[in-house]
Amino acid sequence: MQKCELAIVGGGPAGLAAALKAREVGLEEIYLLERDNFLGGQLVKQTHQFFGSHKQFAGIRGIDIAEKFKDKLEDRPEIKALKGAVAQGYYEDDVLGYSYRDKFFKLKPEKTILATGASEKMLSFPNNDLPGIYGAGAVQTLMNQYGIVPGEKILMIGAGNIGLIVAYQLLQAGIEVKAVIEATGRIGGYAVHASKIRRAGIPILTYHTIKEARGNEEVEAVVIQQLDEDWQTVPGTEQEMAVDTICLAVGLTPKVDLAIQANCQMAYVAELGGDVPVRDKNLQTSNPRVYIAGDSAGIEEATAAILEGELAAAGAAADILPEGSAIDRERAEIKEKLADLRRGPVGEHIRRGLTRVRRNQNAGRDRYTRSWKS
Amino acid sequence: MRIKDHPILEFKRGEKITFSYNGKKISAYPGETIASALHAAGIRKLTHSQKHQRPRGFFCAIGNCSSCLMVVDGEPNVKTCVVEVQEDMVVEEQQGKGDLSAKV
Repeated sequence: MQKCELAIVGGGPAGLAAALKAREVGLEEIYLLERDNFLGGQLVKQTHQFFGSHKQFAGIRGIDIAEKFKDKLEDRPEIKALKGAVAQGYYEDDVLGYSYRDKFFKLKPEKTILATGASEKMLSFPNNDLPGIYGAGAVQTLMNQYGIVPGEKILMIGAGNIGLIVAYQLLQAGIEVKAVIEATGRIGGYAVHASKIRRAGIPILTYHTIKEARGNEEVEAVVIQQLDEDWQTVPGTEQEMAVDTICLAVGLTPKVDLAIQANCQMAYVAELGGDVPVRDKNLQTSNPRVYIAGDSAGIEEATAAILEGELAAAGAAADILPEGSAIDRERAEIKEKLADLRRGPVGEHIRRGLTRVRRNQNAGRDRYTRSWKS
Repeated sequence: MRIKDHPILEFKRGEKITFSYNGKKISAYPGETIASALHAAGIRKLTHSQKHQRPRGFFCAIGNCSSCLMVVDGEPNVKTCVVEVQEDMVVEEQQGKGDLSAKV
């Protein structure tokens, strides 16, 4: 069994930032486990320019941020970044098991940062299992990572930022987007994205939902329907569209399997996307050996994930290293950047979610925590 | 179908390779996943549900949802959305839950 100071699970923005920061502040034995054969996580398919209130990555495309991280990591060969290493389990003796090149390995880290990201949410409707119904991330993967046309005629479901951005990326790839539908009465994404879609002549239909998908072996059509203000379907408003692909951009939910295995206390916080580990302001969970960062801590975006990765790494380093004061200053700076990013109306629901996950520290609903050390 | 012109991205594809899908020859480019190469060839049904035999394709394309499991070079339950296609690979639609004992 291999021992180390810090293990980081996930090589996306949070995990990469954590690895670099951990090394920068003085940790020496760092493992980064990435299940894919490439680093960067979902950044590798983000062709749009980042903006938001923070200056850190404004105007840079996600794909370029991923490259920057990879370059920096190459300058740090002492960080053991394993591509194709799949974390298989976090065991009760705080051993992290992973598979790598068809072998199983055991790692005993002093601290672990979970930066495992998120999964896409599904939606219930008849025939939602037909081939041709994809998550918005899957469409980006096909189109932006592999250069493959996901379909010829697409319906986008969800007018949040992801739905709007991916609809625009579909247009860039020369694909016909029939409409963007949205069940609520308002467009959730930024106006700048929505107006790009509208300028291209694509309708954004609020108060509309999907009634069913149609097709035998794969999607051939979709029926959409209007909703009233109480979210009840309006009879007689069904509309059939010929599409071969339905793209779901209906949100993400944190991937927390390892946190549950690590016996971290969990809480359901809708604003953060579902069940998330309860943690303190330094992102330490109820298992003092485990920190959480990025989308697996709550659905936000890549800039926040990067900062959270750094914060978690500084926390882990402060626990391990004897001299804490320099790190404390560093932590205060990162927290300030995070607060800056979450300021204003755009950050409102995240701020509310974070208040709840902390308040839940003792009273939260927890379906998972079990005691095996009784 | 593959994207040829893109305003932001440039796809550097190497030399074509071929693999087989249910006995049929399919061409692909190195670096593509099995599922994306099949998709480019117009094949979106990758498997079927166990109980009702309903057609299934991938949903997430990043190895989360297990909706793309196929038999690859005799090994069942391979997540074809994240495994890269190789020259002469043998890819087949899976029947049932797959048998691991055959491999060991």
